[in-house]
Amino acid sequence: MKLELSPSPDAWMTICEDSRLTPGRGVAALLPDGRQAALFKDRSGRAYAIENRDPFTGAQVLSRGLLGSAGGRPFVASPLLKQRFDLETGKCLDDEEVSVTVYPVRTV
Amino acid sequence: MSTTPTHTPTVVLVGHGMVGQRFLEALADRGVTERARVVVLCEEPRPAYDRVQLTSYFSGRTPDDLSMVEDGFMAKHGIELYVGDPAETIDREARTVTARSGQVFAYDTLVLATGSYPFVPPVPGKDARGCFVYRTIEDLLAIEEYAKTATTGAVVGGGLLGLEAAGALKGLGLRTHVVEFAPRLMPVQVDEGGGAALLRTIEQMGLSVHTGTGTQEVLTTDGAVTGMRLSDGSDLPVDMVVFSAGVRPRDQLARDCGLAVGERGGIAVDEQCRTSDPAVFAIGECALASDGRVYGLVAPGYEMAQTAAATIASAEEHSFTGADMSTKLKLLGVDVASFGDAHGTAEGCLDVVYSDSRSGVYKKLVVDRDGVLLGGVLVGDADSYGMLRPLTGSVPPVSPEQLVLPAGAGAPVALGPSSLPDDAVICSCHNVTKHAISQCTSLPEVKKCTKAGTGCGSCLKVIGQLLPAATDKGLCGCFSYTRSELYEITRTLRLTSFAELIDSHGRPEARGGDGCEVCKPTVGSILASLAPVIKASGYILDGEQASLQDTNDHFLANLQRNGSYSVVPRIPGGEITPEKLIVIGEVARDFGLYTKITGGQRIDLFGARVDQLPAIWTRLVDAGFESGHAYGKSLRTVKSCVGQTWCRYGVQDSVKMAIQLELRYRGLRSPHKLKSAVSGCARECAEAQSKDFGVIATASGWNLYVGGNGGATPRHADLLAQDLSDAELVRLIDRFLMFYIRTADRLERTSTWLERLEGGLEHLKDVVVHDSLGLCDELEALMAAHVDDYQDEWAQTLDDPDRLRRFVSFVNAPDAPDPSVKFVPERDQIKPDLTVLTIGTRLERV
Ligand SMILES: Cc1cc2nc3c(=O)[nH]c(=O)nc-3n(C[C@H](O)[C@H](O)[C@H](O)COP(=O)(O)OP(=O)(O)OC[C@H]3O[C@@H](n4cnc5c(N)ncnc54)[C@H](O)[C@@H]3O)c2cc1C
Ligand code: SF4
Repeated sequence: MKLELSPSPDAWMTICEDSRLTPGRGVAALLPDGRQAALFKDRSGRAYAIENRDPFTGAQVLSRGLLGSAGGRPFVASPLLKQRFDLETGKCLDDEEVSVTVYPVRTV
Repeated sequence: MSTTPTHTPTVVLVGHGMVGQRFLEALADRGVTERARVVVLCEEPRPAYDRVQLTSYFSGRTPDDLSMVEDGFMAKHGIELYVGDPAETIDREARTVTARSGQVFAYDTLVLATGSYPFVPPVPGKDARGCFVYRTIEDLLAIEEYAKTATTGAVVGGGLLGLEAAGALKGLGLRTHVVEFAPRLMPVQVDEGGGAALLRTIEQMGLSVHTGTGTQEVLTTDGAVTGMRLSDGSDLPVDMVVFSAGVRPRDQLARDCGLAVGERGGIAVDEQCRTSDPAVFAIGECALASDGRVYGLVAPGYEMAQTAAATIASAEEHSFTGADMSTKLKLLGVDVASFGDAHGTAEGCLDVVYSDSRSGVYKKLVVDRDGVLLGGVLVGDADSYGMLRPLTGSVPPVSPEQLVLPAGAGAPVALGPSSLPDDAVICSCHNVTKHAISQCTSLPEVKKCTKAGTGCGSCLKVIGQLLPAATDKGLCGCFSYTRSELYEITRTLRLTSFAELIDSHGRPEARGGDGCEVCKPTVGSILASLAPVIKASGYILDGEQASLQDTNDHFLANLQRNGSYSVVPRIPGGEITPEKLIVIGEVARDFGLYTKITGGQRIDLFGARVDQLPAIWTRLVDAGFESGHAYGKSLRTVKSCVGQTWCRYGVQDSVKMAIQLELRYRGLRSPHKLKSAVSGCARECAEAQSKDFGVIATASGWNLYVGGNGGATPRHADLLAQDLSDAELVRLIDRFLMFYIRTADRLERTSTWLERLEGGLEHLKDVVVHDSLGLCDELEALMAAHVDDYQDEWAQTLDDPDRLRRFVSFVNAPDAPDPSVKFVPERDQIKPDLTVLTIGTRLERV
């Protein structure tokens, strides 16, 4: 099974074998336009993708944060300053003015 | 000014200091900012900041950290703030204020919150280069700059602020004198006995104190300070002088426009903080309150801010009739507190005094004939301040003697906050009662709803004690157990996975979920510490364990601000051969890494990309290095001095012992990092007493100290046992470490753990020296299993192609380096290129 990501509307690109993702952790992928995505898989096997850039520091590190869930919603905590980002909406849970881009993902 | 059909009332605030900001918040709370235009004239080049914590600038807090204005506050409430633009004149007839920039603002209500200025005695030379005052961030920046070229400094004034300034000068590396005119230090706050205890302690810290001495002249050469002439005729050679001889209200603006001021200064106000002109208010340090006093503390200023705001909003009848002058501060690490009638001025009152000059402790309580507590002075040990101040005005539940005796002498007193009446004021900065606090369930909630604990912080301890029943001690939103409880659960049930643990012992709502960034690494660490006994994998990145580790553990390196990593090979005891040094140099050169020697006697290599880590480790491992675990909550280094082998004073081989200890405990996962050191004699060159466990050689063996800490909250380690043989030493450390790992909370260093441990050091001795709980065999067995099981995590990773697969920047482009990890040159090495990162970054504050 392959994991695919949609970097722009109607376009899909293959990222890697689904098995490359450890549940609870992320990996980074390079997108065609030079941006970076962070992909995650939760315990149940669902995959998520958001942009890799931590908006608080500018570093491309969100893929290296820890995935967690609160109230049934998945989030990742930035490994630098620990702000949490909702993986489904991209919203920062610690600062409502901040959010990151969410990319659609699918396994085929 | 433009005329609008409906007149919008305008409030102009002059002075944006601590009290001014509090006033704005109070206006906003009462909705005044919605219906009125609010204009603020701020003289300083930055919005209001925490002046009380000013000195913390020298311990690393930036001006931004000190800001008191929440992000977006002004915009949210539509407040117009003019920074760096002071008010110059007031025309009360026309009701306008003119600012330095020439702007004219019409007001309906004018509020003066101009604070104070430092009083500088009119001695010759007071304006020379090298003379400073201590009031604003700009003052501190100037002092810091000048101190770079100075070696000796003097502070004129031995009061609260003077001693704070002296501490700052000393912290800047200056030999420091304090010159105080009064016969004792802190004459306003403490009595003679307290002053004497303070003097001894402060002198022991290396400050020279001259009490009962005036300053006659500042001596200068070419316009720069070279010394001071004292009232006894002697000359004191100094390079800089800081005046801290009290403050005076800034009332000039008010005087100029004919408002009533006090004989000794201060803008006269009534109980509603109105000046002699009902359209003008004055609050904070510039005001002369209706009780005839000018308050030089922030809490009364805050109360005035509330009063003025309430009056302006005409919402409620609020009045300010006077305030408590209690203070507690940690001066240069000495606790000093005074509260209530500290000097015992009430008629017929009695003193209860405890004084121990050896330890610099002095405590005095003032009570009346009926036993009502009126006030007191505490020097050297002010732990009980948080409890005693709220009891003022009532009869304490235990006798005053018991309240001043140190814990451990006679019957120790368990005076808990439960004995306080409901209306006792716990937070005097914000005037919050016990009742209000007990309505909340957590500290964040207390801070948010009542503001208690957000001022000077001296009430935090009591607040913590008031919350226990309500406080959820659980590790995080996923577990209601503490770390040590989870350790016990994992150990006894031999659970080997996080999923099992959260599904069986998580909070109901967290079961089946993914956990969070708090519990996952904590459980990861517990599994790693217990791996040999619960038969979990000893490699922290196997299977599910990989998903639990923080990024540092996950990549076996330390994440730095631009997404690159640093690499630290182990150099046990700080001993290294020339060949190995050369290898480190070559690796750094070949991979273009920045090198820095750490405080732990080893070498840190910065600037590696994720995909370079395996190649760097290969070179290091081939040369005989292994992981230094700088990334883990585990043993860092065991520092050593050269000891007996080379040093003429040494009495034992400290290097050999340090190496033995470092190799024994390397890789041991613990609640927080562990640091250690071994000194070859009592001169203590390795600074062992600032470590989690420190060893000092004696003529007949080793002394073991535990619970020390450096960093932000230094703590001297406690002596656990003396004159131990090599084997006894190792056995005792085994027990100590395992007992700590078993019982400590998440991220609790040994120092805080030991402070929290019920029964403290004595209890620890009972458990690990006298085996009072019969645990020692088990603790030793756990450590033996760790030692047997140890493997180098770098070598383990390099041996396995599967494990190496994660070390790529991009999963879909394994050969592409991360373009955002860039460097620029700095002092012949590299540093992160942050410009690559800032593009589009949200700016915190403009
Ligand atoms: C180092 C230090 C430590 C302290 N420690 C403590 C402590 O532990 N506990 C405690 O209770 N208090 C402490 N204080 C005192 C406390 O800081 C003051 O009580 C408090 O800041 C008073 O607030 P304020 O707003 O009245 O005055 P300030 O904070 O001084 O603010 C007044 C502001 O008005 C501005 N201003 C003046 N004139 C004009 C004008 N014409 N136009 C525009 N702006 C003007 C000034 O530049 C200043 O920014 C300490 C003070 C210092 C300096
Ligand atoms: S601690 Fe003692 S043995 Fe070690 S270097 Fe210092 S003086 Fe020498």
